[in-house]
Amino acid sequence: MSTDWEMVIGLEVHCELQTATKLFCGCRNAFGDEPNVNICPVCLGLPGSLPVLNEQAVEFAMRIGAALHCEIRPSEFARKNYFYPDQAKDYQISQYDLPLNTGGWLELPDGFRVGVTRAHMEEDTGKLTHVGGSGRINAALHALVDYNRSGVPLVEIVSEPDIRTVGQARAYADELRGILVASGASDGRMEEGSMRVDANVSVRPAGTDAFGTRCEIKNLNSLRSLGRAIEYEAARQIAVLESGGVIEQQTRHWDESAGRTESMRSKEEANDYRYFPEPDLVPLAPDAAWQGRVGAALGPMPAERRAGLATALGGAPSDAETDQIRAVVDLGLDGLVTAAAEAGAPPALALARAANEVAAQGDAGLRLDAGSFTALLAMESGGRLSATQSKTVLGALIERGGGDPAAVATEMGFEALGADTLSAVLDDVIAAHPDEWARFVGGDDKLMGMFTGEVMKATKGKANGKEVAAELRRRRG
Amino acid sequence: MTGALALAAEVRSGARSARQVVEEALATVARGNEELNAFLTVLSDEARAQADAVDAVVAAGRDPGPLAGVPVALKDNLCTRGAPTTCGSKILEGWRPPYDATVVQSLRAAGAIALGKTNMDEFAMGSSTENSAFGPTRNPRHTGKVPGGSSGGSAAAVAAGFAPLGLGSDTGGSIRQPAALCGVVGMKPTYGRVSRYGLVAFASSLDQIGPFAANVEDAALLYDVLAGHDPLDSTSLPSVPEPTMASLHDGVEGVRIGLCRDLIDGCASDVAARVHEAAEALAGAGAKVEEISVPEFAYGLSAYYLIAPAEASSNLARYDGVRYGLRVDGDDAEAMNTATRTAGFGAEVKRRVMLGTYALSAGYYDAYYAQAQRVRTLVMRAFDRAYESVDVLLGATAPTTAFDLGAKVDDPMAMYMNDVCTIPSNLSGHPAVSVPFGAGNDGLPVGVQVLAPALGEAIMFRVAQVVESGAPHGTGS
Amino acid sequence: MSGPAEAAPGRVTLSRDDVVHVARLARLELRDDEVELFTAQLRTVLDHAADVAALDLTHLEPSSHPIALENVLRPDEPRPSLDRDEVLAQAPAVEEHQFRVPRIGGEAP
Repeated sequence: MSTDWEMVIGLEVHCELQTATKLFCGCRNAFGDEPNVNICPVCLGLPGSLPVLNEQAVEFAMRIGAALHCEIRPSEFARKNYFYPDQAKDYQISQYDLPLNTGGWLELPDGFRVGVTRAHMEEDTGKLTHVGGSGRINAALHALVDYNRSGVPLVEIVSEPDIRTVGQARAYADELRGILVASGASDGRMEEGSMRVDANVSVRPAGTDAFGTRCEIKNLNSLRSLGRAIEYEAARQIAVLESGGVIEQQTRHWDESAGRTESMRSKEEANDYRYFPEPDLVPLAPDAAWQGRVGAALGPMPAERRAGLATALGGAPSDAETDQIRAVVDLGLDGLVTAAAEAGAPPALALARAANEVAAQGDAGLRLDAGSFTALLAMESGGRLSATQSKTVLGALIERGGGDPAAVATEMGFEALGADTLSAVLDDVIAAHPDEWARFVGGDDKLMGMFTGEVMKATKGKANGKEVAAELRRRRG
Repeated sequence: MTGALALAAEVRSGARSARQVVEEALATVARGNEELNAFLTVLSDEARAQADAVDAVVAAGRDPGPLAGVPVALKDNLCTRGAPTTCGSKILEGWRPPYDATVVQSLRAAGAIALGKTNMDEFAMGSSTENSAFGPTRNPRHTGKVPGGSSGGSAAAVAAGFAPLGLGSDTGGSIRQPAALCGVVGMKPTYGRVSRYGLVAFASSLDQIGPFAANVEDAALLYDVLAGHDPLDSTSLPSVPEPTMASLHDGVEGVRIGLCRDLIDGCASDVAARVHEAAEALAGAGAKVEEISVPEFAYGLSAYYLIAPAEASSNLARYDGVRYGLRVDGDDAEAMNTATRTAGFGAEVKRRVMLGTYALSAGYYDAYYAQAQRVRTLVMRAFDRAYESVDVLLGATAPTTAFDLGAKVDDPMAMYMNDVCTIPSNLSGHPAVSVPFGAGNDGLPVGVQVLAPALGEAIMFRVAQVVESGAPHGTGS
Repeated sequence: MSGPAEAAPGRVTLSRDDVVHVARLARLELRDDEVELFTAQLRTVLDHAADVAALDLTHLEPSSHPIALENVLRPDEPRPSLDRDEVLAQAPAVEEHQFRVPRIGGEAP
């Protein structure tokens, strides 16, 4: 990108709330059920039906607002009127003039703050399947509608156009996802559609204040797509402007396989949604007591938890540790690490094992209890198990849903190598490599690895790497 | 025809079987409905089955409910599971809802019998029932005249003796005005007193379901059964209603009646004369009658004809040929929507949908819709001021007696003027009732209207009872 | 898009084009004679509404409800859904237990 230009990005994120039932009716809020089994007069928009607001959805929406440092205010629902087959009433109940949450912010890991304009409540649409042609919307012959998703509660989070780089955009989406999961409001699964990101992209000459015309990019199914799409769109707009053209405000669809954004066939009438206050609902004004309970119940957000782990490590984590910390908090394993550290396990070791071995086991890893984990770490740090052995035992513990690490180690034959055995093995290895031993004694430290490796081979991994290294140095003198 | 109260007593005591009552009603309908076209659907099988069920409960010595065995005529915009619910429109011809309206369930629980679904102006838009897609209903008092609207079918059914009770809906006067024109009692409750769940919406902030009956006592009886909180309607009032039957005959000694000029002066002289005579009857019974002026009422008509169509334009968007009702095919979904709605809606519905769309559209919202909602505030405050000095208001219900079929169909504005006395109560959400009181110069019924403050149904019915008692003989029931 | 001109209080600006425009927004197709008729009729209604449009009511809040309720909520507990067959039996076109519609021209607004 030419250094003369600056990109200006705002992100709109739609987040599905993980309530048991839909926003305005008691149908189940479930993913993946048979089509049209979770429908009722309300979410199907049958004549005569009326909406009634789900208390838990409000709770979740308030948690999101609190986590984003928003002001939670008296709010109103409004009708957004437009015809579309997946919109059961041909209007969506949303919030317009008076949203629940306004004026917040989200801090990126590097400290940069992105403003959050609003986070309001609205209902989701049904799901369309386009049939015939290539399955792409423009070539289809007909379409099928499943209303299971119709009426599922959403919170739409709109950022200020404060983002200036692809990296910031990805970091914002990533951090927001972590916040949504940490608040309990959502499972944040972009691939399942429970978190959907749209990007508003415009460009302007670097150093100027006026906003350029923006385009909204939709169909971003991953953080990678988000980044690629923004790159593409910014470049596209710059090319247009540099050749003397004008940016047309429009919605564009990101085509992942083609690697470009495409203009959707624009309708003649610009969207006149004819918003007006929803007469079937009454205002929502959570009182100070409810807001207080929400704030008090909100656990620490990812940023705070990452900071907590960094402190437990003694501050100033290395780059590798920073990545491990991110991964561990992202996966919700930080509680495990903290518990182990508090029980006396070496924090860096706990972090490393959690970020690598535990994380690799997915959901099963989340069920590992802190007691087993801590005991295992003690065995490793105390030299009773080698790193390799420790990882193996850890895998087994997770697979079995827990257990006593010592028992598992014994079962696997991982007794610690006795000092005599180690000595004998070293004798053999040194005898087998006299030239190398001479060079090592002479100061060639690089051969440490070779000798350690040979000892490991000979002991089938049972030797403790640190012990081997210590003994090698001792023998060298 | 025996009144509902007496009829229920006979059925409960076993003196008459519900089945016998229903057979008689069905026979009466069979003789008279073809000429009047009051019923669109007669629920013969269902009514017989319901009657048998009531008789079984009586035989078992259990209480079948306060409306045991009483046939009720249901306006065809009330959802009745498995039975046609057309709203007087081609677009819903043949549609059978998969659920019952809450009021329909309340009636069943009270032992009442749903006799059939009655004719109405399409989607409740009209004041003569001439906007029905299934032909007009004729006024039983003079078959060349309209019965009023939009609940003309239910009013006619009660006036013709087909059923002692009827249900209608009132958005701008659609219960009270046909009651006046047919010479029966028709009442609109306080907004939120009767659940709207299952009432096909016309204008959500104005619609209310209410009773028709041949006399005030029966209307109060039916109202008491219907009133109460419904968790399926967010606009349903949470408080427990005061039963109105208990105080119905308490008289009007000392009650302050405001004889409202603005609800009389614009009316035909014979109608105005009846209202004054009703005031004299009340004075004779001990009430304190004084003239009162509420000039703000004059703005009600214009405000109503902006608010109601605006909400209706949104409420009727769902009739798009996708999920139920009429579908006329098209090249694509949008063309199908357009072809369906163009074929399925009548002229008055189209007129109001376009008017409402216009009032809400970008550039017009503030001048029309928002302004009309300010007028609503103005009218609400005017009512509050009036009720500082009086307990109820008295006026005409409709400006004239029943007009000829076809007389006003080509002049929408003239048709809209029928609602000038009834609209203010819809805007304010207050209760009001029309009571037959004498006849016009043409011998056709005149209705006198009693208006009360919010939640004032008890005093409203008390005053209505005295008006009825003072009515000239040979009119009304 | 040529939108409606700004409305001046008391002055009705409803044009034939406005009627065609709102008809399209409302998914209605009007014949030429209907456009004429509806334009005249709607103008009459809006003329009548001019008295309201001209009032100075800036000191009043618009009321979207005649009642003063707030915070009406329901617990997050499942209730029985409708029987799918009963619902689909009323649908104009069904395929694979879903509502079938003709091809859709564009993305959702």
